[in-house]
Amino acid sequence: MDQTPPDPQAERKRIIKGRNIALASLLFALVVLFFFITIAKRMG
Amino acid sequence: MSTAPAQPIPLPTDWRDFLSLTKPRVMSLVIFTGLCGLLAAPVPVDPILGFTAILCIALGAGGSAALNQWWEADLDAKMKRTASRPLPAGRMERSSARDFGVVLSVLSVLIMGLASGWLAAALLAFSIFYYAVIYTVWLKPRTPQNIVIGGGAGAFPPMIGWIAATGEITLMPVLLFAIIFFWTPPHFWALALFVETDYAAAGIPMMPVVAGHKSTRRQILVYAVLLLPIALAPFLLGLAGWFYGGSALLLGAMFLLLSLKVATFRNAQNDADMRAERRLFAFSVLYLFALFAALVADRFIAG
Repeated sequence: MDQTPPDPQAERKRIIKGRNIALASLLFALVVLFFFITIAKRMG
Repeated sequence: MSTAPAQPIPLPTDWRDFLSLTKPRVMSLVIFTGLCGLLAAPVPVDPILGFTAILCIALGAGGSAALNQWWEADLDAKMKRTASRPLPAGRMERSSARDFGVVLSVLSVLIMGLASGWLAAALLAFSIFYYAVIYTVWLKPRTPQNIVIGGGAGAFPPMIGWIAATGEITLMPVLLFAIIFFWTPPHFWALALFVETDYAAAGIPMMPVVAGHKSTRRQILVYAVLLLPIALAPFLLGLAGWFYGGSALLLGAMFLLLSLKVATFRNAQNDADMRAERRLFAFSVLYLFALFAALVADRFIAG
């Protein structure tokens, strides 16, 4: 079985990519949420 | 010329560590009770605004949990149960946890205010302050009554959910608050009895550490006795129907029975398994889920 430790540079890139995706998803979700809140408030 | 080896640059914090700062397992109970408060309210709720209110309660709980871990990082490092959290394990900068907690908290209050009104938002803000400051900073390290008074922090979600739906504070949300308030001490003390060594190592004055097992067991029983009429109050006052009343009676009787076993177990000090305490702790979680589910079911049965 291969016991080679992960390359720190590759690990760093993987973590940063994951964080960027998480943050972008969060911002997108907030924009969508505000859009729907506005619609719901206007209709209510 | 220096021959010291170059320090490795620490890895950036993984997003999963930020997620774990929000204590997702605790949050599930917070979301559930908040949702029940919202659904049990006697008014129709716009699904989007209802979803937003629950999201805000979850964000607020996550924010205050992050602030709690930021403040308690040193204590967490001393306890086996918490030593692997992102801060004590060194996977995150302390300031990152603090900033994350502040951003989540502020965001939750602002969105709640815009979507569900500023009364619910003010209560959410107060609940975050209550948990992050009154409980974490002030009470927890100072008094064995920390859980009793701090239990108020966990009691806010159903009240906030109800107020987000109705826009006003009435007797029912106060009763929902009281149910969780009186449920918290037996729930946490049962846990504290079988993780006592951890709390003692961190110097946290949990009831079993300060007052001893016997007194803690007696107090667990006292709160279980008080919880029964409080949980029955919505039915007795005509605010909930027979389904809720029957469920509250049955669940309350079981809670009382398990608490009685904990209170009267003579040789518990020698019982390495602490079975009675573990059983009470596990049932207490089920109790709260079932009681609030019964409240919502009762509301739908009543129409």
